[in-house]
Formats: sequence, C-alpha cells, structure tokens
Amino acid sequence: MTKKPFKLTTRQMVTLSALIAVAMILSYIESLIPAFVAVPGVKIGLSNIATVFALYTLGWPYAICVSVVRVLLSALLFGNFVSLIYSLSGAALALTAMILLKKIDSFSSIGVSVAGGVCHNAGQIIAACIVMETAAIALYIIPLIVSGTIAGVVIGLAAGNLVERIKKYL
Amino acid sequence: MLKKILENKKLRSDIILIAAALFVGLVALLVAFLLREDGSRVVVSVDGKKVAEYSLNVDGTYYLNDGTNVLVIEDGYAYMKEANCPGFQDCVEKGKISYVGQSITCLPNKVIVEIVGEGEEILS
Repeated sequence: MTKKPFKLTTRQMVTLSALIAVAMILSYIESLIPAFVAVPGVKIGLSNIATVFALYTLGWPYAICVSVVRVLLSALLFGNFVSLIYSLSGAALALTAMILLKKIDSFSSIGVSVAGGVCHNAGQIIAACIVMETAAIALYIIPLIVSGTIAGVVIGLAAGNLVERIKKYL
Repeated sequence: MLKKILENKKLRSDIILIAAALFVGLVALLVAFLLREDGSRVVVSVDGKKVAEYSLNVDGTYYLNDGTNVLVIEDGYAYMKEANCPGFQDCVEKGKISYVGQSITCLPNKVIVEIVGEGEEILS
C-alpha cells in the first residue's frame, strides 16, 4: 500500500472505479429484493461488501471514496434529497466505526462489518430524528440492532472471503 | 473446527462483539414487548409539528397532510391505508398499531402517526 494515501496510480484508480461500479450494481440488486420485515431500514447492505473490500485491500481513504460516491450516485439515480441525507449520515457513522475498528486491529472483517451495519442503522435513525424533529422514531433502532448485526456477519464473511481470494491479483 | 475458531483471537473478539450486539438488541426487544400497553389516542405530526389528534376508540378515515397519506382507525387499531410516495411504502407495510409508543412513519412526506396513552404528552 502506498505511503501517500491520496496519490492514485492508474491501477488503483481503475480498481477504485471497478469497486464503485460493483457497489452500484449491488445496491441495485438489493433494491430488487422485496422487504421481508415490516420495519423500515432492515436490509442486507450488499454494497457494503465493496466498502469492506476496499477498506481491507486499498486502505481507508478508498473505502470512504467507494462508500460516499456510491451513496451520491444512488441518490442521483434512484433517490431524492431526503434519502440522500439518511444514506450519507448512515454511511458516515458506519465508515467511522469500521475504520476505527480496523485500526484497533483486534477484529476480523466480520466484526468490522457488524459494527458498520449497526452504525449505519444508527446513523440513519439519528438523521431521521433530526429531519423529522422527533424522538418518537428512536425506538426503531432496537430491531435494527439485531438485523444490522446479522447483516454485518453475512457481509463480513463475504467480504473476508473475497479479500482472501482476490487480494493477490490486485 | 470450534477449537480453531476459539484459538483465533480476531474471530474470538468478533464472536464476543456479535453476541453482545445480539444480546443488547434482543433484551431491548423483550423489554419493549413486556412494557407495552394499549394506547388511547393517535397523534399525527407533519414536519415535526403536531397537526391532529384522534381517539383510538372512534373509527374513522382521515386524510393527512393534504391527502398525501390516508390514516384509518378501526377497532382500536390505527393503520396507514394509502400513501402517495413511489416505490416501497414503509408506512402502509407497517400494518396496524395499537400500543403506546408505536408509530407509523412516512419519511418522504415527513408524516408521523404515533400512539399515546391516557393524558400523556407526546415527546418532541
């Protein structure tokens, strides 16, 4: 990994673009999966695979890039301004938690993505509380802690496997 | 297999983290389930401001926020019958609510329907 984190080689730039494209596809695929629980916000977060992958192979600045660009692009293509606020605050909190946990270096990709999943939900709820100016929806976090954990395990396993298999070709 | 997992320090802390998160979530779910009580009134807020209040015991159909959302109160339950937002409608899918603290939220229209108890002030 390079010492200057923001200086891109062509190879890194291409990898980064490919990851963002994969993240976009994954979030589109996820939008096709019907919601199976009547609680808003319960989802797998498939595109987080790309973020965790970037975090483990390219480093944290790239993970931020993948996640933020993905959120902005999906908002432009499928969403609106309000959904952008929720996604951005969720992504910001999730990224912070994942980068910190990765830095501590005592968790594998599973633990990192569990923290990411739960924090993503928490960030969205906090944003919703601020936008709607009410604390009434704060309780939505309870089922979301459980679902975020389970989703995080799945994403962490997937991303960890991918990193192991693909890293040597990067 | 199990021994291998337990010997791996990172996986062990993973499992502790997962167990802790699941424990907190499930205990909170259980507490929320045990502490629930039947509500008596329905409070509707749009954009953070309370705009209407209905009794849960009186059946009726109400057009909220200039008709963007249709709220129905029936047999002590409240549910969102219709909404004008495109795509997946969380508020309609949420189904019937009747316990204190339960709410139906329509994020696109900033409409919140909340159940409160007797003589209770809504938190805002």
